[in-house]
This record gives sequence, C-alpha cells and structure tokens, in this order.
Amino acid sequence: METMLLYARLFYEFCKTGLFAVGGGLATLPFLSEMGQATGWFTTKDLADMVAVSESTPGPLGVNMATYVGYTVAGVPGSIAATLGLVFPSVVIVLIVAGILHAFKDSPVVQGIFKGLRPASLALITAAGLSVARIALLNTDAFAATGKILDLFNWKCILLAVILWFCYRKWKLHPIVYIAISAVIGVVFQL
Amino acid sequence: MEQEEKRKTKAQKAALPEETPKAGLFELFLTFVRIGAATFGGGVAMLPVIEHEVTEKKHWASEDELTDYYAISQCTPGAIAVNTATFVGSKMRGVIGGIVATLGVIFPSMVIICVIAAFLKNFASIPAVGHAFAGIRACVTVLIFQSVLKIGKGDLVDLFSWILFLIVMALSIFTSISTPLLVILAGVTGYVMMLLRRKRDRKGAR
Repeated sequence: METMLLYARLFYEFCKTGLFAVGGGLATLPFLSEMGQATGWFTTKDLADMVAVSESTPGPLGVNMATYVGYTVAGVPGSIAATLGLVFPSVVIVLIVAGILHAFKDSPVVQGIFKGLRPASLALITAAGLSVARIALLNTDAFAATGKILDLFNWKCILLAVILWFCYRKWKLHPIVYIAISAVIGVVFQL
Repeated sequence: MEQEEKRKTKAQKAALPEETPKAGLFELFLTFVRIGAATFGGGVAMLPVIEHEVTEKKHWASEDELTDYYAISQCTPGAIAVNTATFVGSKMRGVIGGIVATLGVIFPSMVIICVIAAFLKNFASIPAVGHAFAGIRACVTVLIFQSVLKIGKGDLVDLFSWILFLIVMALSIFTSISTPLLVILAGVTGYVMMLLRRKRDRKGAR
C-alpha cells in the first residue's frame, strides 16, 4: 500500500513538472530542485549528477531526469510512474491541439498563422543549432583562460564536422550511422 | 446509421491505400523507439532523425508539418521530441497513435537510464564517454544544419519569410525574449500579413 502511494506521489509530482516546464529540457531543472527540497528524495548534488548522466545519454533531458529520479526513489516501477507523469500533461495538451488543428487546417486564419510560424520555427531551430555548434566546435573556456584566438577553436571537432558535412551530402545514410561513427572517432582520437 | 457510416469510411480507407500511408501501431511504436534512441542533446537534435524516419522513409508527415509541430511544441509544456512524437502519432492513428508514439520515443531513455542508474553511477565521469560525446556533438551540429538548409529551401520562399526568419533568429540569439512569446508573435504577424494581402487583392480586383 505504501509503495503504491509512493508511485502515485511520483506520478503526481512529475505531472506538475511536466505541466509547467514549457520548452522542455533545462526548463525542468528549477522544478526538480524544488521537488528535491520538498520531498527529500535527492540532494542538489544528486541532481547535478543526474543532469550529467541525462546529458550523456540519448533521449530528451526532462524524460531522462524523470526516469533517473523515479528509479532512485522507487526502482523500475518508480521510474515508469515518474516518466509517465512527466509526459502525461503534454500528451493531453498536444492531443487537444492536434485535434483543433486537424479540424481547422484548411481555414485561412490557420494558414495565415502558419505562414508566420514556419520561418520563425526555422529561425529558432537555427539559433538552437548555433548554440549546439558553439559547444561542439568552440573552446570558450580555454579561450577565456588564455586569450589566444587559436585556442578558441576546437580544431579536431571542426575537422570532423567538415568531413561529416561532405560525407552526409554524398551518402544519405541514416543519421544514427553518422552519430555512431562520430562517437567511435571521438573515442579513438580523444576529441 | 452510425455503423453504416463506419463501414463506409472503412471502405474508403481500403480504396485509398496509396494516398494516406497507413501506419500500424507497432510500426509507429518501433519508429519512435528508433528516433528516441538516436536523439542526443535535446529538441533540435531529434529533427534530422525524425525527418529521415518520418518524412523521407515513411512519408507520414511533410517537412512543413514537422516545422509546424516544432513551432507549436515550443509553446506547449513538455519536451519538444515528446510533443512532436505525439503530433505525428495522432496524425497517423488518432489519440491511441499519439499515445503509442509517445511511449515509443520515451522507451529507450527509460531503459538506458535505469541500466545506468543501477550499474554505472559514475557513467558521466568515464573519459571515453566524454570523448564519444565530443564526436557526437560535432555530428549533431552537422545534421542540424543540413536539416536547416533543407527546410529553408521549402520555407524561405519570399521576402516576408526571409525578414521574419532573420528577425526571429536575431531576437532569439541576442535578447532574452521567451521562445513561446516569439512563436506567438510570429503567428500573429503571419495572420496580419494574410489580412493585408487579402485587402490588397480585393482592392486590386476592384
């Protein structure tokens, strides 16, 4: 009975996080740190470790965090309860939005709105891509420490990116193939 | 009456297998398991993979639809990858499809994280993991910009879309205006432009 209550509590706590963390990923962090303090399930240091693991594994950060916290608190069933709790509000909301969109997709109002949304969406993707590129290809920390412009660029990673760019244009393999190859290259060449 | 209608739509669906590619629920689940497993580093990183699986391989949704889902996902709660999965799933198979696709996209995370939490608590501090991720990040950067180029060819077709693209990008990089607000403003701009265009067309017709 008590374990069932714990699962329910996990589901409920992550439901709240899922409902209020708009934009996903790191947006869940403030909610999680509050949850840790309120429930005593994990400390701030635990949270930092969980972020590190969540960032080093595939999958959305928020989902990984929920699984990790759920597992720490109550094992595999706990991880399921927490993760389902996290996605529950967004699934309900998206299903409603998708239903509305489907009903009105041919209306000129919706068409007009999407005419503005598409370039904006692409702009946000580009901006997010640039911040990924900054982390992947630049050494901002080393540059701040030495002040040498040559230290700013992560040459090995830039070379890898250039090679991948031409390979991807030439052979349209599944993206996961390139990701796997890059991981191996990263380990072999100590990137 | 209702049953007859149901039979009718069933017959229609059977007659049009080519136009709307039908996805089995299990196929939907497996596709999103693959997408979830290949998503390294948050929302945008998923885009190249989802584009490959959903648009190019299965033709379940067009690039335009994916960009729409992406924009809306910025304004709704939850992870962008999860929201996009729900959108595509519900487009293919209604509510149950949305749920199945979502469960698929979170499935790899849950398995991998549980294994790591159980056996590899110091996973993130293993040097090889850091090196592998340096390689993966370089690759993800390339994949994202390939997707951007591809979507841009379809979406940035006139002066209006280029201007909106550049303004939103600048605001997103250089200011702290929240992303949902940017998306809403862009939607309103699109709507106003449509009204203006209509007015001009009406004047031209007169």
